[in-house]
Amino acid sequence: MTLCVTDLSFRYGSRQILDRVSFTQQEGRILALLGPNGTGKTTLLKSLSGILRPFEGSSFLDEEDLLHMNVRKKAKLVAYVPQNTNPAFPMRVIDAVMMGRRPFQGMRSARKDEQKVMELLSLLELTPFAFKYTNELSGGERQRVFLARALCQEPRLLLLDEPTSSMDLKNQLRTMSMVRRLADEQNLTVIVSIHDINLAAMYCDDFLMLCDRKVYTFGDAQKVLTGENMEKVYGVKAKMDEYNGYRHMILKKM
Amino acid sequence: MMQHRDEILGTYRRGRKKKYIMIAGGFFLVLLLAIFFTTLGTTDTDIGAVTGSIWRTLTAGGEAVDKQDKIIVLLRLPRMAMAIVAGIGLSVSGAAMQAVTRNPLVSPFTIGISNASAFGASLSIVFGIGFFGGSSFGTVFNAFLWALGCMGIVSLISARAGMSPSTIVLTGIALNYFFSACTSTIEFFASEHKLAEVVQWAFGSLNGSQWEEVFVMAVVVVFCTAGMLWYARDLNVIAGGDDEVARTLGIHPERIRLLVCAEAALATAAVISFTGVIGFVGLAGPHIARLLIGSDHRYLLPFSAVMGAFLMLVADTIGRLILAPVMIPVGIVISFLGVPIFINLILVQRKGEGV
Repeated sequence: MTLCVTDLSFRYGSRQILDRVSFTQQEGRILALLGPNGTGKTTLLKSLSGILRPFEGSSFLDEEDLLHMNVRKKAKLVAYVPQNTNPAFPMRVIDAVMMGRRPFQGMRSARKDEQKVMELLSLLELTPFAFKYTNELSGGERQRVFLARALCQEPRLLLLDEPTSSMDLKNQLRTMSMVRRLADEQNLTVIVSIHDINLAAMYCDDFLMLCDRKVYTFGDAQKVLTGENMEKVYGVKAKMDEYNGYRHMILKKM
Repeated sequence: MMQHRDEILGTYRRGRKKKYIMIAGGFFLVLLLAIFFTTLGTTDTDIGAVTGSIWRTLTAGGEAVDKQDKIIVLLRLPRMAMAIVAGIGLSVSGAAMQAVTRNPLVSPFTIGISNASAFGASLSIVFGIGFFGGSSFGTVFNAFLWALGCMGIVSLISARAGMSPSTIVLTGIALNYFFSACTSTIEFFASEHKLAEVVQWAFGSLNGSQWEEVFVMAVVVVFCTAGMLWYARDLNVIAGGDDEVARTLGIHPERIRLLVCAEAALATAAVISFTGVIGFVGLAGPHIARLLIGSDHRYLLPFSAVMGAFLMLVADTIGRLILAPVMIPVGIVISFLGVPIFINLILVQRKGEGV
């Protein structure tokens, strides 16, 4: 489904966090949300997921108005994976993933829910941890649990807030490959906020650069990932290169 | 891989079955224990006599005939029933409150209910103020009203501040102090005779339990427990994550927090207005249950009920027998009994597979 965001603004009291953000995203594509800390990446994701209520603007997933929708219905369309968290009452991985079936369930977990959970446990290579408690896992493993939970919702739009931030290199690549495969195979629309420009360039199709609460630039790698933008938005000097068909950033010393 | 998947599913289902068995078996054991404890007292009888008395009374249309039947059916059994119902109410409320506040230190009393009801009770006892003030029914009724009033105040204040877990806990703690001060003020001015009565009430005991009281308490407790159980899955989401995640999973966490708090408060108020303040069950029951059965609230809430009933039965029976004919209030015994169990479980807690 196509996501169409128009003039989305958000305020905490009088403090403007997002200022008229607009963009369109086709299904099956991954959008990288770029920008320095505090430019509103998380706020944008939270506004789209329904956690925060935007001050004005609209966001539509095809015909579905995401801002005026029953929370339960929305939970079946949009899934959100927060930055790494550690819950107060640890639960088993299998139960945590089962939580993603909440929008579909009554009191009992049905066979279909169990099947879905099993499917995702093996897809995200979590089967060895099924009966471990979430507080016994590493940051990367826990992040995969939350990803599995989100996918259990069978969403059409998947929002990921820095999914790779607490992972080692191999897990970063593994996770992003999984996300890529999901987008390709299930035609998911994915938005991922990410700090690693090179990782983003390898796995994402579109790039939205936020700067000072506004969209600085939006488009493909050629347009967005340039040395000039890096300097303007992030304040770093960098050389952009092509490598294996992907844009690649090489940082220069300050 | 497929093999592995079936294994996991098998373990998962077996674990679930085990939990059903633990809950059903637990309830059964509690009932057996209650019948056994009924035989103990100043005149010991045996289980055959107890069941015989129950049978004779039931067949006689609820009228106890001889003296022994009266002791069993009108004195001991209602006390057992009261212990079970009170234990269930306090323990389930505690488990639910801990979930919605995401705080393992919380008990139903954290939101000030106990001190508010003590205040209501002392108003009635000392000054005869309030509905039916001065009578023993007035004490119960006023304790109940003030407990609910306290819950109302906590909700109103928390709702204004966004109904977050910390506002509920902080407001509750503040009100706890407030009502405690109010009660102390009354006690300060009370005559010695009345003061003794207030203190006696605050101990928390099951002395003089009657079937009518048990019935009223049970209706409220069953209703509220069913209400909390209805939200068991949502409690899982709220306790196991944060409000933001809950919202993306299709839940209104604030709404559920308010509802579940109200149900817990109602159940707690119904219990303690009859029994007085029995504190520790609401904290220890849920924790012991969680260590034994895990933190899925679909099983945790019923098993907390089992643990609550168990603790209350054992504590009350010990209190009844240990210095007989003096009856030590259950509110005192339960802490002496619960604390060692509680600490032991903290020290040896395991999180085995499939539990």
